[in-house]
Parts: sequence; structure tokens; C-alpha cells
Amino acid sequence: MTTAKTTSAINPVEPLLRTERIPHIWCPGCGIGTTVNCFARALYESKANLDKVAVVSGIGCTGRVAGYVRLDSFHTTHGRAIPFATGLKLANPELKVVVYSGDGDLFAIGGNHFIHAARRNMDLKVICVNNLLYAMTGGQMAPTTPDKAITTTTPYGAFEPTFNLPALAEAAGASYVARWTTFHVRQLSKSMAEVLNKKGFCFIEIVSPCPTLYQRRNKMGDGLEAMKYYKAKSKVRNGAPTSEIELSRDGEIVVGKFVDRERPPYEELMRNRLVEQLGDRYIPMECSVCG
Amino acid sequence: MQADPRGVLTGVHFIDGDHACCEGAIAAGARFAAGYPITPSTEVVERFASRAPKIGGMLIQMEDELAASIAITGAVWGGAKAFTVTSGPGFSLMMEHIGYAVMTETPCVFVNVQRGGPSTGLPTLPAQSDMMQARWGSHGDYEMIALSPNSPQECFDLAIRAFNLSEQYRTPVMFMMDECVGHMTEKVVIPPASEIEIYPRRHTKKTPAEYLAYAAGSDLVPEMAHAGEGYRFHITGLTHDERGYPMMNVPAQDKLIRRLARKIKGAEEQLTFTDEANLEDAEVVVVSYGITSRVAQKAIDEARARGKKVGRCRLIGVWPFPDKHLRAIAARGVKAFVVPEINLGQIAREVERATGKMADTIPVTHAGGGVHDPELILDAIMEAAK
Repeated sequence: MTTAKTTSAINPVEPLLRTERIPHIWCPGCGIGTTVNCFARALYESKANLDKVAVVSGIGCTGRVAGYVRLDSFHTTHGRAIPFATGLKLANPELKVVVYSGDGDLFAIGGNHFIHAARRNMDLKVICVNNLLYAMTGGQMAPTTPDKAITTTTPYGAFEPTFNLPALAEAAGASYVARWTTFHVRQLSKSMAEVLNKKGFCFIEIVSPCPTLYQRRNKMGDGLEAMKYYKAKSKVRNGAPTSEIELSRDGEIVVGKFVDRERPPYEELMRNRLVEQLGDRYIPMECSVCG
Repeated sequence: MQADPRGVLTGVHFIDGDHACCEGAIAAGARFAAGYPITPSTEVVERFASRAPKIGGMLIQMEDELAASIAITGAVWGGAKAFTVTSGPGFSLMMEHIGYAVMTETPCVFVNVQRGGPSTGLPTLPAQSDMMQARWGSHGDYEMIALSPNSPQECFDLAIRAFNLSEQYRTPVMFMMDECVGHMTEKVVIPPASEIEIYPRRHTKKTPAEYLAYAAGSDLVPEMAHAGEGYRFHITGLTHDERGYPMMNVPAQDKLIRRLARKIKGAEEQLTFTDEANLEDAEVVVVSYGITSRVAQKAIDEARARGKKVGRCRLIGVWPFPDKHLRAIAARGVKAFVVPEINLGQIAREVERATGKMADTIPVTHAGGGVHDPELILDAIMEAAK
């Protein structure tokens, strides 16, 4: 007799999703949906005012996240989610602006914007689903593809050095840097909730499987195998020096929160300088939407 | 509605076109600019950097033109009126985001102070060779609105019109200056704010439950909402349906792309802006725009002094191209259109396309780096009037 009750109960994160757009485009075993579930949970548990949260994505598999969250959401151009989000945030400072995109989008075509937004300490929460290659286009090498890994454009194995994303983020000036895998759903959700309430440029890297293109071509099994792999290979080392946590094809995956520091965000720096110079003549950016 | 007086420097000024353009943008209500330094346009954002913090606005200097051109789109969806400013190579980098603004129906203004190209070309010297790029530079089919001022006064006046049109039609507007007009200093009269008409954002009055982000009425322009207002809309550069959701099929593409084109090309008459003289009995009509129109005037005056029936049709709005209007002029018995421009014949081809069955088109080309010798234009007029 509990059946009716069970079927009528909804998952508490469901109102945060555009359920009319389900089924989504992601493959079986893909990690992106897991991260979205963690994100929805973080929003739910942080009790954020959902009318004041915006998600901005670039292009690619992860770029489709914006289309599935029931929030003001922007699917922008390839690599340019961060500068779009910069304009959005500056025009509308009440918003919490989350940039949700993939490793190729954020670090190849969009790499310049990432380092400059981190340098400015723009008040953006950047979530990068790192599946180690370009997935939407069929599995090409990315700046994150590990040495020797097989992709369609590295059929004999990748050989380019990769970006160590947490080290890059820290060096460029990020206020918060963490890395988790899609195995670490609770830790990831907690990290996401944490950055929603932290000022400044925050960065979370999520190592995530692409069973269709990366796992298969590198003989690493399906999505479930990926979870076992992450469980076996990952090690939580909060506060680890980011210079020591580079990912490799078969090596340890160091996860945790590496950086959590206070730096004045861009808007505060701007305001302070202009108040100092202009005094009462300074009129802050007017927001036509803010309450 | 009228302009916000806090942004209007009412009075008589002696400023160049770049500065006048900035004042026009401010008077129009622009409070957000994103830019990247590039000659000969930089003075526009330099002035904005100085002025904006005192009027509730801001400039952010971005890391490149790709960033600048999409930061303004983000700002618009955050509720601001926004613009970016560039020239030649920077305009090339902005093309993808002009297409994004077209597709997402984001009202904004791109100022291009044209210099010689291709590539780095002539950074400090004038050209009008981006006219086709303004029209067709981004991929895909779309229509464009572009204005071309020929004086600092028009840099002010037409900048306001550029913002108004971008709001009315919810589309990016190209403001096609050139180095001469940008760096030319003349008297600019800025009227009282109460005399400056502003087209307000077409913000929806619907509730979030009723609102569909891309449902358009009879004028084909949908109503807009801003982030943070509770509408929880979705915006994408993908082909989309009325909800704004991606829709990858032929009927959705057909419906969207034809609506986007029709909302502008269908308003061609309302978007025809010209400055004309002596067309009544003209056998030869000089079609020009921007700085070249002022050089051409000397040739027109000289030809008329020699008794030739020469008229002027200066294009203030270059896109959408005023096909119907030029055909109507041609139908009055015009023998030839003489089209001087600082490029190898971009707009002359448009004139020929529109009127080729009715009159001759005589291009007077210039590769860039200076303006025409008026004698060359006069020679073309005299030849055409034979």
C-alpha cells in the first residue's frame, strides 16, 4: 500500500530541473548528469534564492547543462561563457553567476578568459566537467588529455603536456580551488554549496568519465568501471599543493579543496578605487533589475 | 520616453567623432561598455571610462575583442544597455558574437571606426571597407541594421538612433564610422535630455508562467525578460523554439531564420534613412556615405555649377539596403548612379543590384588610407552626364 505514496513523492531536486526536456542528450555512464544532480542538491541545500542564480555554459557536452536547469540560463558561444558571465554579473550584481562548462571549452578556446577572470577575481563560480577530451565533436584531444591516451586526433597516443587545472587556477588568482570526481558526489555537492556562498573567482574541477569516447578507446570500461577506477585511484588530500596534483593517464587522482583564500573581488576593487578618487561623485553601476 | 538627464551633456561642444559617439551612447542610456584598445576607435571607450563612473555606468577593458563582444551581451541580459567599440582586426574577431546577438535577439551596438585593411592594414588611416563585413561577416543567413555618420554631430545623433533601433528590433546594430569622421573635430550640439527620444527596452509584462522567451507578435519582435526577475528563461545560440529551447529540425530553423530576417527586411521602408538634394530633375545621382559623402559634395557642387543635373543621395542607413527607395529614385529618369567609396566597390555592387535594370552604376573606388580627390568623382559625374 506504500506504492502510491512512493510514486507521488518527487525527488527534492526535481523542481530545479527542466523535466520537460528529459531525456537529456548525455550517453549512458556519462558523468555530467551526476554533476548536475550534485549541483541541484547544492542549490537545494544552500537555500539559495533560485530567481537570483544564473547558469552560463559554453559549447560542448557540458555546455548543455544550462539547458537542463530551471534557472535563468545561457548557452553561449564556444569558449566564451566566462566573458558573457562577466558582463551579466557586472550588470546585475545580485545574481550568483555559475559558469558550467567542459575542459575543452574553458581551457583551450576559452583559456584566455579563464586566466583573466581569475586574475580579476571576478565573482564567478566556475564548474569544469573534465572528461579529458572533446566529446561533443567525437572524441578529439583536449589540453587535458593525458599522455599516451588515445583520441581520434591522437590515434597513436597523446604526447602534448597537459594543463594542471587547479595549479593554473591558483596561479591565475582564484579564491577557491577544488577537485573531485563523479564518484565523490557528497563532497562535490558540499563544494558546490560552499562556492555559492563565497565571494570571488571559485573553481571546481570534476574528473568525469566519457564512456563512449574516452573509456572505450582507452579500454577503461563503462561508466561503472570508471566509478571503481576513481574509487581505487583517488586520494583526498585537502590543502595539497596544486603543483603536485597533475592528472595522468593511470596515476593517482588527488582530490579535495586545495585553495580557499580571501582576495577582494573585482567589484570591490573597482568600487574602492573609484570612491577613493571620486568620492561622492561616484555612482555605482546601476542595476535595472535589482530589488 | 525621454533620455536620463544625468547622462546628457546639454550644450555646444567642440569634439571629435569618437567623443561624440560616446556621448551619443551615454545619452541613449548605455551604461555598460566592454572594449579592447584598437586604433582609431579607442577614444570612444577612453571617454566612457572617464564619464561612466559618474553616471552609474562602467567600462570593463576585456582581454580581447571576443570577450568584449560577448560581455556586452551578458550585460544586456543582466538589464543594461551596452555597446562595444572596435576597428578592423577587432571587428573581425567580433563576428561570432554579432551572430550570437542576432540569434538571441540581444539589443546592443557595435561601433566600428573603420581603418584600412585587410589584416593590420592601415591602423591610423581611413577606409570604408568593412561595409560588407558588417552585413555578412558572421556565418549564416541574417539581416543587419547599419548606420553611417558623416560628422561628429551625426556620431552623436545617430549613436542614439543606433541604440533605439537595436531596442525596437531587438538586434545588434552596426555603427559604421570611419577614421576621418572619428578623428574630425567639429561643433556638436547636444540638446536637452527632454528633447532626446529613447526607445525603451521591450520588456515583457507577462508573468513568468505566461512568458515564452521567443514568442513574437505581429511585428515579429519578441518581448524580453532579464536574468534575476524570476522568469527562469533559457537563451541559446542553437536554433530554438518559442520557449528558447534547442530544436534541431528543418521547420524550427525555417520558422526562426525567416522571422529574424523578416523583422528587419520587412521594415526596409522604416529603416531607410537618407539625406538627399536635387533629385527632382537629376540625371546623375551620387550615392555615398560617411566621410566620402562630404568629399563627394564638392564634386556635386562643381558639376552643378557646370550645369549638370546631379543629385545627392547619402545613405545614413546602409543596411538593410534601401533597394525600394533607390529604385524609386531611378524610376524618375536617372541615367547613372555614381558611387564613390573608400573600398573597391562594395556598396556600388548593391546599388547595381537594386537598380541595374534601370540605370548605370559607376563605382569610384579608393583602396583606403585617405579620401578621394574630388576631381575623380567629378570626372565620373561628367562622364556619366554626357
